[in-house]
Amino acid sequence: MKKKLSYMDSVHRDGRIWNLSMMLMLFMYPITVGLIYKTLPDWRGFALGLLATAPMYWAVAVVEVLTYVPMLGAGGSYLTFVTGNISNLKLPVALNALEQAGVKASSEEGEIISTIAIAVSSIVTTLIIILGVILITPLTPILNAPVLAPAFAQILPALFGGLGVVFISKNWKIAIAPVTLMLILFIFVPALNSSTVGIMVPVGVLFTMGVSRIMYKKGLL
Amino acid sequence: MIDLDFNVNSPVLFVIAGVIVAAVLAQSVYFLVKAWRRGVEIGMGKDKLKRIAITAGVFTIAPAVAIVISVITLAKDLGVPLPWLRLSVVGSLSYETIAASNAESAMGLTFGQVSSLSASQYVTIAWVMTLSIMVGIWLVPLIGKKLQNGIISLENRDKKWGDIFSASMFIGMISAFVGYVFCDFSNVFHGDMSGLIPALVMAVSALIMCLAGLLVKKTQWRWVSDYALPISLVLGMASAIPITGWLA
Repeated sequence: MKKKLSYMDSVHRDGRIWNLSMMLMLFMYPITVGLIYKTLPDWRGFALGLLATAPMYWAVAVVEVLTYVPMLGAGGSYLTFVTGNISNLKLPVALNALEQAGVKASSEEGEIISTIAIAVSSIVTTLIIILGVILITPLTPILNAPVLAPAFAQILPALFGGLGVVFISKNWKIAIAPVTLMLILFIFVPALNSSTVGIMVPVGVLFTMGVSRIMYKKGLL
Repeated sequence: MIDLDFNVNSPVLFVIAGVIVAAVLAQSVYFLVKAWRRGVEIGMGKDKLKRIAITAGVFTIAPAVAIVISVITLAKDLGVPLPWLRLSVVGSLSYETIAASNAESAMGLTFGQVSSLSASQYVTIAWVMTLSIMVGIWLVPLIGKKLQNGIISLENRDKKWGDIFSASMFIGMISAFVGYVFCDFSNVFHGDMSGLIPALVMAVSALIMCLAGLLVKKTQWRWVSDYALPISLVLGMASAIPITGWLA
């Protein structure tokens, strides 16, 4: 008789099937366009473009998987790494939902909450983009209006202000050292900016874990 | 076979992109239904699940509009279908721009100033944008389960440390983004006050979150707590308009 899978096992099984299928589907776009228009890529441009882009983003992706999967839970991770926009959308949405419910992503309830929040966020994003694509002509002058530009340029500060104050105030002892370190690094190291923040996330996570472990062992937490 | 003239906004490109976007949507719906059913099964209550879903949906609106703006930006060079697809799947606002710009400059084009693309150039850009972001999508199926089981067994060994470990992950991630908000702060030392803009926007958003917290304590209004984050996000973004006008 077949053994009944646990909920978590079935999430992993379905996630694997979906993600690998989606990967193949994503390759379909350049392949199909190439076939329809009977053309091959400009190989030199392809190699140079890939060399300039891929190494950094491949490295960032490995680091993101290692850092974010424990925070997002299983279902949430499979979805997030297909739908993208992790730090500016999926992660805050999941964190906020987990925080409000007072559970961790590794518990079954947390797994369900995180998956629902990320799935709804993905659906809403996809539908808004579809709406934007349909209405692109009337929307372009409105959304590109110079008066709105500063608001959309400051999404991350507006996001992490609200989110940060909740988490930092609840865990202020843990937060002092990493926040101080990151402020010093980002203010005084010019190379650290919006393109390198992805690399600094695991640095922050590892540093915080190290400091927390020492404080925990010394009975300070 | 008919020879088609290539156009970055050709209907056939919309159809291909549409099919893939529909599959992404299907995956999200599948996981939503699966988690929802399990939630009901273990007694989480439909009201609770509904509240999580609505809060997530409301919170998503402002960042999603920002993504639409990126579609519009990229559409100038690449037409609508490719940016539509790319921003509906793996990637982000900044990634797609960098990948497209690198692919274009590798072929001697300048990002933002491309008036027409050949089919070959278009396919090259699509390949670079697709391949450069493809790691997470297969790495999660490969190591996600092991990674999660590792975290669960760590938390089971020592519950208190498990809680601290989990809080440390979040705090470590948030501290990196708090630091990032100050990345242009050093310009202030050279008299350029625009470096203060992100820090002030973050402060406004944090203040609104604190006020929302106080309001919940005083009034016990649950809905304020549900919508505190989207409200602080939108008001923080709105505050960027006068703050930028003042300091830029």
